[in-house]
Amino acid sequence: MMSTPPDTLPSVTLKTPRRRGALELVLGLLFAGGITGAVLLSGWLFPDGGETMDLAARLTAPFVSASHILGTDPLGRDILARVIVGGRISLTVGVLSVLGAVIIGVVVGLIAGYYRGIWETLLMRCVDVQLALPFILIAITFIAIVGGSVRNLIIFMILAQWVQYARLVRAQVIELRDREFIQAARAFGVSDLAQIRHHYLPNLLGPVVILMALNVGNNILLESSLTFLGLGVDPTIPSWGGMLADGRTYLQTAWWVSVFPGLAIMLTVLGLNLLADWSRDRLDPRGKA
Amino acid sequence: MTGFLVKRLFQAVFVILVVTLLVSWAVRLTGDPALMLAQGAGSITEADLQRIREGLGLNQPFLVQYGHFLWGMVHGDFGRSFLGGASVGGLIATALPATLWLTFCSLAFSLIISIPLGIHAAVHQGSWSDQTIRILTLVGLSFPNFWLALMLVLLFAIIYPVFPPSGMTDATSVVLPALTMGIILSATTVRLVRTSMLETLNAQYIMVVRSKGLKERTVLYKHALRNCAIPVITFLGLQFGGLIGGIVVVERVFNWPGLGTLAFEAISGRDYPVLQAAVTILALLIVLANLLVDMAYGLVDPRIRIK
Repeated sequence: MMSTPPDTLPSVTLKTPRRRGALELVLGLLFAGGITGAVLLSGWLFPDGGETMDLAARLTAPFVSASHILGTDPLGRDILARVIVGGRISLTVGVLSVLGAVIIGVVVGLIAGYYRGIWETLLMRCVDVQLALPFILIAITFIAIVGGSVRNLIIFMILAQWVQYARLVRAQVIELRDREFIQAARAFGVSDLAQIRHHYLPNLLGPVVILMALNVGNNILLESSLTFLGLGVDPTIPSWGGMLADGRTYLQTAWWVSVFPGLAIMLTVLGLNLLADWSRDRLDPRGKA
Repeated sequence: MTGFLVKRLFQAVFVILVVTLLVSWAVRLTGDPALMLAQGAGSITEADLQRIREGLGLNQPFLVQYGHFLWGMVHGDFGRSFLGGASVGGLIATALPATLWLTFCSLAFSLIISIPLGIHAAVHQGSWSDQTIRILTLVGLSFPNFWLALMLVLLFAIIYPVFPPSGMTDATSVVLPALTMGIILSATTVRLVRTSMLETLNAQYIMVVRSKGLKERTVLYKHALRNCAIPVITFLGLQFGGLIGGIVVVERVFNWPGLGTLAFEAISGRDYPVLQAAVTILALLIVLANLLVDMAYGLVDPRIRIK
């Protein structure tokens, strides 16, 4: 590529930004990885699923009893166990909804960017609608009406978010088309499918993965807030949002019931955001994104 | 500019049509409100149910009902609540100011903290304070809004009882809900101000202004800030949908008597007309905010006005 002259003169005060990020990576892995790991092992760590009621130890404060490090809830159930078991719901919804959306979005985006024409027009109309519609509002209405099972939540999130990936992939494909290595591949007569697999996909995955990390976090927030409002998953299954809804009544007397589940949500999402931020920095060193 | 605005106006009307259609269709999936209404009345015959349905217009085809709704909406008439028969327009009129006030306070609070922090981070790019602000914005982005609300209540209403924990009793009631939304909104706004400011500061005219020997404060707040406003305004417009979504949730936590609380009460009572109207008005707010943003471009950037 020819280098174009810069539009602006270099500013005198311009400092080279320090290479940052080691801390972000470590903290991100620690929070997101630690909580995910604990949740994955929850079946083995807490075989009772956090349901055992120790009525003698109801509303034990945290850091007092060795058997209930984070205290107990009004039914004497161990908060630590319930927080870790409750993570299953949030992580399942977060991960599955993003996987579904990414599969649809990447396929549509590749087709629209590669073949252009009617596909592209259709996609761009979907983008317009998606950008304009207040989706959270519609989601709340629909979930309130059809009921908020895990399955319904995932379906709504996929419907709401596939467009984001399609849009991102399409833009990337269009940018890649004019690059020399792609032109070379085309000139050599490489088939469409092989071009997409070997040249386009590997080069556009970076931003897609970042968006995925951010959206897993966003969807965990959305799921927990819907569950908190009583519109999400079944309140009898332990989940972070559900625990917070229960704990809210005891805010005055037992703060720990509503502090720890929320902390778990926050640390998970924070970990994902840190990882996304770190990888964005690697991909776009100018820090513009 | 006019052509652009006309196009956006059509888009706004289209969005309102899609939202109202979706919501009208969705509320009809809930089940029979006639049965709900009849539940308390003891023995009820099929003929009674039929009479209730006719009275509410529920026996008509969906599109006819939707048509009635639109026609009424254009005339400012949203029908009557299924529960108690109060005028829906009246319910909306009492709830709307509360929502608008909360939205305004959240936005104002967010701008008051985001602009100085964003500018500071941009000017001291790479410094420890920039890093701290960056980490803080990430923390802000990761807060579940309802949990932040609960924690603020715990801190400022229970441990240090400074502000009322819920409701809209006096002037200070708005502080905690607005703080909740303001903090969450700021997380993204700070980053945007920072990026936008960094780009502006590298422009040649800033060098010219600096070489004229103007004070750094004048350079930043008079020349640079104005020019970095456009991306920030665009972004606030795009975020407005999310902001309203968040406000709906936060209203519920604080029992704030706005449209969100109205909508949730309507959901649990299967009060279709109220739910439909509340969601429509909220969507209308979002669409209006986006239109205002489009018009604001002309004010902020004279180049667009001329085109």
